[in-house]
This record gives sequence, C-alpha cells and structure tokens, in this order.
Amino acid sequence: MRQLFDSNTWQEIFQSISKNKVRTFLTMIGVFVGIYIYVGLSGASKGLDNGFERQFETVAMNTMFAWAQSTSMPYDGFKTGRQLQLKVGDIDVLQNRIPEIEYITPRNAKGVFGDTPGVVVRGTKSGNYAVYGDFPVFTRIATKKIYDGGRFINDEDIEQTRKVCVIGERTQKELFDKEEDPIGGYIRIDNIYFQVIGVHKFTPGGGFESDSDIFIPFTTYRKLYNTGDNIGWLTMAAYDDADVIQVEKDVKSVLKSIHRVHPDDERAFGSFNLGEIFNRIMGFSNGLTFLSLIVGIATILAGIIGIGNILLISVKERTKELGVRRALGATPSEVRNQIIIESLFLTLLAGIIGIIIGALTLKGIDMATQGTDFPYANPTVPIPLVLGALGLMIILGTLIGLIPAQRAVSIRPIDALREE
Amino acid sequence: MIEIKDLHKSYKMGSNSLHVLKGINFSVDKGELVAIMGSSGSGKSTLLNILGMLDVADTGDYTLDGVPIKDMNETKAAQYRNKFLGFVFQSFNLINYKSAMENVALPLYYQRMPRKERQEKALKYLDQVGLKEWATHLPSELSGGQKQRVAIARAMAAEPKVLLADEPTGALDSTTSYEVMDLIQKINDEGNTILVVTHEEDIAHMCKRIVHLKDGVIVEDKKVKQVRASAYV
Ligand SMILES: Nc1ncnc2c1ncn2[C@@H]1O[C@H](COP(=O)(O)OP(=O)(O)O)[C@@H](O)[C@H]1O
Ligand SMILES: [Mg+2]
Repeated sequence: MRQLFDSNTWQEIFQSISKNKVRTFLTMIGVFVGIYIYVGLSGASKGLDNGFERQFETVAMNTMFAWAQSTSMPYDGFKTGRQLQLKVGDIDVLQNRIPEIEYITPRNAKGVFGDTPGVVVRGTKSGNYAVYGDFPVFTRIATKKIYDGGRFINDEDIEQTRKVCVIGERTQKELFDKEEDPIGGYIRIDNIYFQVIGVHKFTPGGGFESDSDIFIPFTTYRKLYNTGDNIGWLTMAAYDDADVIQVEKDVKSVLKSIHRVHPDDERAFGSFNLGEIFNRIMGFSNGLTFLSLIVGIATILAGIIGIGNILLISVKERTKELGVRRALGATPSEVRNQIIIESLFLTLLAGIIGIIIGALTLKGIDMATQGTDFPYANPTVPIPLVLGALGLMIILGTLIGLIPAQRAVSIRPIDALREE
Repeated sequence: MIEIKDLHKSYKMGSNSLHVLKGINFSVDKGELVAIMGSSGSGKSTLLNILGMLDVADTGDYTLDGVPIKDMNETKAAQYRNKFLGFVFQSFNLINYKSAMENVALPLYYQRMPRKERQEKALKYLDQVGLKEWATHLPSELSGGQKQRVAIARAMAAEPKVLLADEPTGALDSTTSYEVMDLIQKINDEGNTILVVTHEEDIAHMCKRIVHLKDGVIVEDKKVKQVRASAYV
C-alpha cells in the first residue's frame, strides 16, 4: 500500500512502461478492444432501446384493440360461422364490467382494410383517403399532434354532428397549395362538404394509420355512411397498473357473453395488444443489452488474461533485471508490487482509453443517425455499468498481475542473475 | 568485517551432489583489498555469492560486521544487501533502459531516498568514476570500461560496508582492466573493504592480499605488495 502512493514507485513504473513501448502496447491492446466492444455494444443497444421507446411514445403502452370476426363454434341455438358485429351499446357494458378500462372508444373506418376509401375532392384536385369516425377521447389513447392553429374533434362536433374534419399532412399537400392555410377551408368527402379544423402530424409506429388519414366526428360518420349502431372496432386503454393481458381476455369474454358466443370460441373476436408487442420488442433490446454485457465481459476477461500472459513473458524477459534489482536491495514484496501495479495501471489505462474512444464512437453514430427513421437515440452507456467494468478491471488486473509477480519473486536472485 | 567458519556448499543435480566449498575459514578486516583466485570452477563465485547473501551456505558460520548471517528471509537479506553490500559483476548488469545516472540511483531508490537527493548523489558518484558527462547516456552508448565504472559507481552509491566484485575485469581488455583496477584501488584507499574475484595474476597483484582457492578449500592466503594500476595507465 505504501508503495502504491509513493511517487518513486510511479516513476519506476512509468519508466518501465514508457521505455518498453512495444510491450506496453501489446499489453494494452487486448483490454482496450474488450472495453471498446463492451462500451460500443451496450451503448448501441441502449440507443436502440431509446429509439424503440421513442417510436412508441405516441401510443399508450397499455393500448389494445378488439374487433368482431365470425364464430367457429355453435352456441345457444346459433350455427357456426355466424358473422358478428360490434355495437355502440357494447361500450357501456364493457366499461361497467371491466373497471380496469380507463378509456374506451369506438372507431369506424373506410378505406383501411381493403374496402373503398372516401373520395375527397377540392376544386380540381381530388384523392382517395381513409376516413375515420372518431370521438375526442381517442386522443387520450393515442396522442395526435395537431399543427398550430388547428384542433382535433371535440364534444360539440359530436353532439351537433358537425361536418368538420382533421386531415393528414399528405392530404394537405395534395389538396391545398403551399401557401394556403387549410384551416377553415372546405373539402368534399364522398360528396358532402366538410370544413377542415386541423392537420395532424403523422408519427410512425402508431399502428396502421398513415399521413393521409382523415378524421371526422363519429356521429357524422354514422350519418354519412349510414352505419347505425355498428362500430368497426374498439380502441381501449387500461389503467397503468392493470394487467393488460388480463384486461384483453376480460374484454373478449364480456364481448362473447353480449353477443352470445361460446366462451371457448377463440376466433369470434380478434384483439391486439400494443403492450405485448412493445414488451416483445423491449425484450429484444434487453436481450441485446444482456448480450453486449456478456460479450463485453468476455472480451475484457480475454484482454486481462492477455495482460497476464504478456506480463508473464516480460517477467521472463526481465528475469536478469529483476535479479539485479534484488541484488541492489529490492525486497520480494517490492518486486511483486511493482509488477502488480504495472498490471493494474496498464489495465486501467487501456480500459479508460477504450471507454473514451468507445464513447466518441457512439457519439459519432448518434450524429450520423440523427434525423433518420432508424430507431436509435442517445446511445449512452449507463455510468454504473462503466464503473462496474472499471471495478472489474481493477480486481482482475490485480489478480492477473499476481501470477507474473509471484513468478518473478519465486526465482532466487542468484538464479536470476545467472540467467542470460 | 567478514568472518566465515567451516563453510560448506554443495550443488545438487538430480541424484548427484557437487561439493564445491569444503570447509572455508577466513576473515577480512575493514579496509582490506582481497583477491580471491583460483582456476575456473574452483568455487570463487560460489563463495562470493554466499558472502553477498545472494546464496546461502549449507553449513558454517558467516558474520558480517558483527551480525551473524543465518536463517534470514529474503526480505531481510534484500535489506542487508542494500545497506551493507555493493556488487560488481563481470557482465556489468546495468539496466538497459535506464540512463547511467538512473542506474547509479537505483540502490538509493530501494533505500527510499527522495528523487532529487538520489539524483544528486548519483551524479556525485558518477563524477568520482569520471563519467559525469555521461550521466544521461544509456548503457548501450557506453564502452565496456565505462559500463563497469558506472556499475562501480552504482555499487558505491549506497555506501556499502563491503564491495564484492566478481571478475570485474573479465570482459575488458588489459588497458581498460587497469583503469578499472585503478578505480578500485582508489576506492580502497578511502578505507573501503573490497573483495575481488579474479583468475588473472596481474589483477590479483593489484590487491593487498591473495586468497587461493583449490578443490573447495583455501590452499594459500598471503599478503602481497600492492602493484599500483596507475603505473600502467
Ligand atoms: N547453480 C549451480 N548448480 C549446479 N552447479 C553449479 C551451480 N553454480 C555453480 N556450479 C558448479 O560449481 C562449481 C563452482 O562454480 P563457481 O563458483 O561458479 O566457480 P568459479 O566462479 O570459480 O569459476 C562449478 O563446477 C560449477 O559448475
Ligand atoms: Mg565465477
């Protein structure tokens, strides 16, 4: 310990490692590469992690969808293969029976699942776009970014069955001139005039929506397309602390009881759970983090064993020198400590250089992927992991240094001096 | 200064044992300059290494400056070597990546002397062997005679009680050998105790006493009239 804080020791060590550059370089390269890979990989997986999270940030993670299909089992006097239809009335039943549901809203759509989209005309310009019938509460489940000056559908729009619409960025580009403010303008959707109240910004990852979707009030949609009590599908968000998988199951079984479907009929209702998908993707990037930890630690280990090896060779090379030192009065512990401190110092130096260059590389990748769709953001390496790696290197660097150090002192000075 | 009684040493090689020292008795007083002579393989180095605490005898007593040297662990031995003994080897044994001054300062490092003091003292001793201008040079830039003078400066820097030189002129031509012997004589003139192992008659006669080793025992131990090396340089 005294030796560790003695400036004389450090002068000896600096001299020994700076006057033997090749040896120093070879010793350090292994640990350097190890920590570099470790920092690079774990930073990259953190970056992917952040990237995925960013892609999903517009949608609540506890979001699920449910829709009707047709029965696959006969039940209660009905034959198999009966086509089912969700109704507006289902919503109250679901809400009452499943308290875990925070938000629930129906949705109707045209032109989403292969049916004919709405024909939209403005003056001489026209296009075919998907049209959704929505309630305001929809934005509680999936955030809709509306451009400045516009708004989403509100309760009055619903009550008064207003002919208003929110259009997509692409729709705006295709139907309006560049300088034109679309807000307040009129477009014809399937021959009915609608006033534009907002333009929504498209964010990827939110399901099957696109940048050309048109949202109109649910009630207006119902009148326009004569859908009555029918609804296309349900969009729901569970409370944060709810078990989304369980809620999804409950929703389906309530729907089965409403529509008189066999409780075991798995095909009658379809559903889709964002939380589960999200967990699966997060599982992937967690796996990547874990993998990089394993690979990193393995390479660091290999690097440190390399240090031990090279120090062992160098101790053999320096046998004569160490013999001379001992003839001049170096005690075994001074010789041992010098080699251990050399090992430790080289390990740490290589590690720190690896961390710095690894961090710079990550920074470079971050700047290169900025503004692209690639799911990658803030590829930081968590400080505790870096400290952990450094701690591991200190311990292993010391332990691995013990082997050559022990070898160095196990040779009697007289034998060391005789070595040629 | 040095007293040894009935010293025995044998080397074991497999099942064979080579009895090298077979009962050595002798003593050296302070200020003596002793040559240990003998043919190659007669055990001169073995004896010197035991005196230098680099090796241990099988049996017998060894007293250095009144301290019995026995059953010493390696740490204690290292400290004694550092304080009491200076070594000069036939092959110089300088550390090749250290400058002349750093080599001379090395024993002082193991005395934990601060760097500045160490360097001053190293320079002083380099000056005494006439190599002050060469302080920053690496051993590879020095001639054989210069290397040996650096080694002598290094041995003397720790101010040892006894200087042990194993064939210090063995690797040098005769002129250079005499220069080195001249230096050794001057150091002895200052009152230092020195033992020189050699198999060369002329070198031995530059000492004040010659101990002749043969077949593991001392066959002759005589005082001689010292030939000054300075007469030849
Ligand atoms: N470590 C050793 N192992 C075995 N034999 C040795 C060892 N060191 C020296 N010897 C043998 O001991 C004898 C004396 O050696 P040494 O003291 O070096 O002689 P000198 O220095 O007089 O030439 C020689 O025969 C040598 O081979
Ligand atoms: Mg010899």
